[in-house]
Amino acid sequence: MIADVLRVQGLVVHYHTPLGAVRAADNITFGLRVEERLGLVGESGSGKSTLALAILRMIKPPGRIEGGEIWLDGLNLMTLSEEEMRQVRLARIAMIPQGSMNSLNPVMRIRAQIADALRDHGVRLPKREVDERIRDLLHSVGLRPDVASMFPHELSGGMKQRACIAIAISLRPRVIIADEPTSALDVVVQKQVMETLARVQKELEASVILVGHDMGLVAQFVDRVGIMYAGKLVEVSPVRDVFTQPLHPYTRLLIASLPSLQHKGSFQGIPGLPPLLRDLPSGCAFHPRCPHAVDRCRTEVPRFKEAGTASWAACHLL
Amino acid sequence: MTPLLEARNLTKIFGGGVFERKQTVALEDFSISIDGDRPSVTAVVGESGSGKTTLARLLLGLVTPTRGQVLYNGRDLRTMGAPDWKVFRHDVQVIFQDPYEVYNPFYRVDHVLTTPVAKFKLAATKAAARTVIEDALRAVGLRPEETLGRFPHQLSGGQRQRVMVARALLLKPRVILADEPVSMVDASMRATILASLRAMTVERGISIIYITHDLATAYQIGQNIVVLYRGSVAEAGDVECVVKHPQHPYTQLLISSIPVASAERTWTTEMVADPAIRVTGQDGCTFADRCPSATSPCLQTPPPLFRTAPHRAVACYLYQSAPALRREEMVAVFAAPVPPKAEPSGPPGSGEAQHAGV
Repeated sequence: MIADVLRVQGLVVHYHTPLGAVRAADNITFGLRVEERLGLVGESGSGKSTLALAILRMIKPPGRIEGGEIWLDGLNLMTLSEEEMRQVRLARIAMIPQGSMNSLNPVMRIRAQIADALRDHGVRLPKREVDERIRDLLHSVGLRPDVASMFPHELSGGMKQRACIAIAISLRPRVIIADEPTSALDVVVQKQVMETLARVQKELEASVILVGHDMGLVAQFVDRVGIMYAGKLVEVSPVRDVFTQPLHPYTRLLIASLPSLQHKGSFQGIPGLPPLLRDLPSGCAFHPRCPHAVDRCRTEVPRFKEAGTASWAACHLL
Repeated sequence: MTPLLEARNLTKIFGGGVFERKQTVALEDFSISIDGDRPSVTAVVGESGSGKTTLARLLLGLVTPTRGQVLYNGRDLRTMGAPDWKVFRHDVQVIFQDPYEVYNPFYRVDHVLTTPVAKFKLAATKAAARTVIEDALRAVGLRPEETLGRFPHQLSGGQRQRVMVARALLLKPRVILADEPVSMVDASMRATILASLRAMTVERGISIIYITHDLATAYQIGQNIVVLYRGSVAEAGDVECVVKHPQHPYTQLLISSIPVASAERTWTTEMVADPAIRVTGQDGCTFADRCPSATSPCLQTPPPLFRTAPHRAVACYLYQSAPALRREEMVAVFAAPVPPKAEPSGPPGSGEAQHAGV
């Protein structure tokens, strides 16, 4: 048994709206292994970004973590104070946010932004050593040293994204959470950025959670995939199995909805619409769209259980 | 016979004013024509900076070409009068890439739907207008009661984009120019929107120019494909040939970079150079600086299109034994669009598979 570097246990996140509480993440349980790459996929509104933010305890009101535990290397993040948590972020668990090229400060040079992150986390080094460290960081993400003295607008999208990866890895975190890190990039650049991420992950011996909806990226990059639907994790399986023998009916339909480059007309939409999180169907949230739904699915919420040698799924039919 | 919408030798150069010495060639010598009687789906594929959005803006008359012209029913957009513009604005609909920019944040989303209904008198009564709008929304998978009455910021990017597809459907146009219509939409919804676009060609005879960076969706809905690289056509022709057996080194790079959603790992680990913005005065093939097979002629003169097969053309000296085509003749390689009745039936539920008859 390989040890989990990160373990999420029964995590619940609600958004409190005037129309009632929205269950954006509902009883999420999974483990992330050392050096593993885990994909979290789902449609928009499925709760994947909420889950990513919740792991970092970055949910803002009206959202709130209502329950559950987040264990990082034997430390329950839920018990930390706000200031302790701030020190854990970036140092031990870093995030590459969605559209992170826009998260760079437009009026600060790249060097200043990386130095800022280091200083804020208690790294006190002479200027020369800081510069050296920044040069090493930029080098490890495939950027030239002179990028350090540039402003974000002088960089291309792919370079900005790599600068964000450089910041994320500046304190050698154990876990990197990448939320759609390449959604605004071209495929050729996307591939370069993902290769960069893969390389630094190996160097750091870190684990990666890749959040996104691009199943192609997930197929090419991760080891295991977690599929989210309506705020719940419905399946976690090794990436190969997801494509060859998906367990949950939603996974099966999701795979079938992907446009292929091999066969024409070989993809189809999933009938119906994703449910509203504040008004979920009874029983299994997927039952109104599920071709195999039986009576039990309408009344009883399926348990997330072991459904194979290395797979978990939440479906009554398994 | 006059084509419905035609672009002749379009070139657009940005910059070069008093303050900027650098000129950027956004699009170079691009020609295309859309036949009004035979609806077709033409996919234009390229990365950012390839000129695909400039092409869309030129075809819509939103920017004027530096050289060349755009003709609608044989009339140049630049000299067209107001009545012709009204027809053009009804017949040619656009779905833009960024669903944030097209909405006025002070108006409810209803505004983009009721305005065309009023302007083009699509419904006699308020109730009829409401029905027309609700039908269009349902066709793209939106719940009217959850969409109407909302402000743009209350909808997700995907929902906003679907409202724009609904608006295009509402007008029953002759051409739809779709600029990345599904880039911000989820997989299950993407298939639904693409199927409704595809159905528009087959059932309602609307031609589509589908501009995208995503080769997989281009392959799925296009009959013909044009691959752009830094403003020039790299490869064009029947979508089956181009996607399955790319000939231009750029198309090959592009296809090998696509993360394929299957159990098979297809990504290899070769590094490629960063593309730079091209500056006028730089001669030769636009891809030469990244091309593994570049030779001296590639650096001197831009390659013409070589017709390597009846239904494809490649702008690369590797194929110079094939007959050369002038840029404006590119459309000749496009396979004749299949009339709707001769459609082979796809697997059930997949919509109408469109194999271009070669």
